[in-house]
Amino acid sequence: MVDIRSDASAAIPPAEVEDVELYHPRSWWTKYVFSQDAKIIAIQYSMTAIAIGMVALVLSWLMRLQLGFPGTFDFIDADHYYQFITMHGMIMVIYLLTALFLGGFGNYLIPLMVGARDMVFPYANMLSYWLYLLAVLVLAAGFFAPGGPTGAGWTLYPPQAILSGTPGGKDWGILLMLSSLILFIIGFTMGGLNYVVTVLQGRARGMTLMRMPLTIWGIFTATIMALLAFPALFVAAVMMLFDRLLGTSFFMPAIVEMGEQLKQGGGSPILFQHLFWFFGHPEVYIVALPAFGIVSDLISTHARKNIFGYRMMVWAIVIIGALSFIVWAHHMYVSGMNPKFGFFFATTTLIIAVPTAIKVYNWVLTLWRGDIHLSLPMLFALAFIVTFVNGGLTGLFLGNVVVDVPLSDTMFVVAHFHMVMGVAPIMVIFGAIYHWYPKVTGRMLNEAMGQIHFWVTFLGAYLIFFPMHYLGLLGIPRRYHDLGEAAFVPESAHTLNAFISVMALTVGAAQILFLFNLVWSLKKGREAGGNPWRATTLEWQTPQTPPAHGNWGKELPVVYRWAYDYSVPGAAEDFIPQNQPGLGGPTREAAS
Amino acid sequence: MAQSVQTHTGETLEHPLGLRGVVADISSDQRAFKNVSWGKAMMWIFLLSDTFIFGCFLLAYMTARMSTPVPWPNPSEVFALTIGGQEIPLILIAIMTFILISSSGTMAMAVNFGYRRDRRTTAALMLLTAVLGASFVGMQAFEWSKLISEGVRPWENPWGAAQFGSSFFMITGFHGTHVSIGVLFLLIVARKVWRGDFDTERRGFFTSRRGNYEIVEIMGLYWHFVDLVWVFIFAFFYLW
Repeated sequence: MVDIRSDASAAIPPAEVEDVELYHPRSWWTKYVFSQDAKIIAIQYSMTAIAIGMVALVLSWLMRLQLGFPGTFDFIDADHYYQFITMHGMIMVIYLLTALFLGGFGNYLIPLMVGARDMVFPYANMLSYWLYLLAVLVLAAGFFAPGGPTGAGWTLYPPQAILSGTPGGKDWGILLMLSSLILFIIGFTMGGLNYVVTVLQGRARGMTLMRMPLTIWGIFTATIMALLAFPALFVAAVMMLFDRLLGTSFFMPAIVEMGEQLKQGGGSPILFQHLFWFFGHPEVYIVALPAFGIVSDLISTHARKNIFGYRMMVWAIVIIGALSFIVWAHHMYVSGMNPKFGFFFATTTLIIAVPTAIKVYNWVLTLWRGDIHLSLPMLFALAFIVTFVNGGLTGLFLGNVVVDVPLSDTMFVVAHFHMVMGVAPIMVIFGAIYHWYPKVTGRMLNEAMGQIHFWVTFLGAYLIFFPMHYLGLLGIPRRYHDLGEAAFVPESAHTLNAFISVMALTVGAAQILFLFNLVWSLKKGREAGGNPWRATTLEWQTPQTPPAHGNWGKELPVVYRWAYDYSVPGAAEDFIPQNQPGLGGPTREAAS
Repeated sequence: MAQSVQTHTGETLEHPLGLRGVVADISSDQRAFKNVSWGKAMMWIFLLSDTFIFGCFLLAYMTARMSTPVPWPNPSEVFALTIGGQEIPLILIAIMTFILISSSGTMAMAVNFGYRRDRRTTAALMLLTAVLGASFVGMQAFEWSKLISEGVRPWENPWGAAQFGSSFFMITGFHGTHVSIGVLFLLIVARKVWRGDFDTERRGFFTSRRGNYEIVEIMGLYWHFVDLVWVFIFAFFYLW
């Protein structure tokens, strides 16, 4: 224990901000439905995100059934397959991961972890959720609209996205998708402004930015990125709506559709790709940074050791966030760009590996000689490190232009991004739910069910996506409804595909067990008490569990130290809460 | 290197110099930006986000203008008005720009009088700002109807690239929407100022929070932003 950093200080400046007046709900409706309490909003966000995420999970089963056993299921024709792919991708990336990390965890954890009573503007926060719900409903309406949802691929590339060959292109599908995205962005902006201002201006006394838990740093940086990246998607969606509804030609080149020359022409499909990926690449880190932050806290807490290199971790988050805005065109190496752009974007892409590697080393060094408790959150955190490193390494392949060109649009890409921004963040989400469920409900999640859930999910997800790399190297294309008879596809590839599909169904079944656990433990789970993991951060120090409206009772907490005082020599316990002035126990008087 | 600073409680704290000092100041207790209220911080960050929206719109328009194979219509001729038998280029847009920038002046005065708690003058100046903003939107509607009567549509126009009409209607429409929303909120805030809500600390209808005269300044931030955006639209669309 040499790298203990004790910046605990007894001199806390007096309050700069008066305690806020909270809105007090007067009826059941304003307390639980139209609630302005960030904790209720967080639960609403999470449940909606998980519900629509289940739809995306089922879609992935259907896709895997088709890929593993082509021709067996008649109802999955090519159109349906593309619709499943599109909706699966868009739901998972935006409506599940973004909404759950920022709307769910952000809402619950930010006020609690920085020691605030609530978000700074609870009313706007409430509107944010209802717009999100509306966006989800509009999106889901695509399934029931004439022509079904759009089948343009989750990237929605024009011109095909708005032409009649694509499912939903000339029907309702694409319109509902674009409208839903616009609603989501407006709703998210309302929430996102709240998260940022709460972190910047609404912290407890003594909570300097450099004492904040890394969870908050991750969510905070990701929210700023989202506020700057979503505008590009907003603009792209508006322009494509005009192309589709008014017949403008922002993205439409001169084109022949069904043997007929369209009136449109002179637009640039590449422009859409630039706008989309200016949003799309930061989006990867909007999902990854909260995961980085949360996993740092999980590892530190469950290894009973301070996080290694806290300042470096913070700067790495900030630098990754900044760099991610200048790498977007690495998604477009095969789109037809000036080769010099490829050089630039490959360079910036590879530079991102540096802060990312620093983070991975610091996680491992935090574990090094720690008192590792293999609790469920720790298991998921370890699984995250493994899958993230795997996905990160394949990212080095795809970031280089010459290596990417043969690999692009193969299953290798599917394997890469599912590892790095699918499985890895989902592992953190599970770990975080196992970690914070006791605070949200007052009860622990069932350990046995959790163990089954973990091992099936982790090993299963690995068995799904690891073999996909080999399929990709063989040249198996992605987004193909049916491989058919191709000379370069060996019989073993079909066998592997069938195996992957079986694993996908198995992993899916484990998620149903997880959902059951969430419900079952609500009533039957072991009582958790206020601080079951013996953690230092403020949310575990609330007077009530679950925290009451206003979080802190009469007095706001005062913060004396950083969030990682675990196993401090001489302290009474192996953790010192952030709001405790001295070392605790018998030495308390002497220390303070 | 370090220098000592006194806290409010009289104790000395080591304060680092140089870049570390900058980080220590920004990351300091409770608030990153001292004396900036929540509402003002939120408006600034929203405007930053909105800047990216307009930035994307303008960049998309420039891309379209540079890459279209058909010649771009000449803005000096398109946006000319015939007054007294003489064609004056850009006359309408010059008046509109003048009005909108003047409205920024009246808005700034309203902020000043707001902080002096002179509620009548504040409300009057905000109303004047709203009237100027509304007349800007009105002239924009006139310009739109003139162009439409000349055959400009989002999908085509008589003079050249189809992207001219689509970019024009989209960007000025989006900006006009911003101005209209601004006018609406100016009226709402002016009504609150006039009624004395910020003197009596009346609670908001939706948020049940007490307001104060700072909302006039926050409203002003938005209004100046909308003005500033117009300067860029004016430069890139009309003068290019």
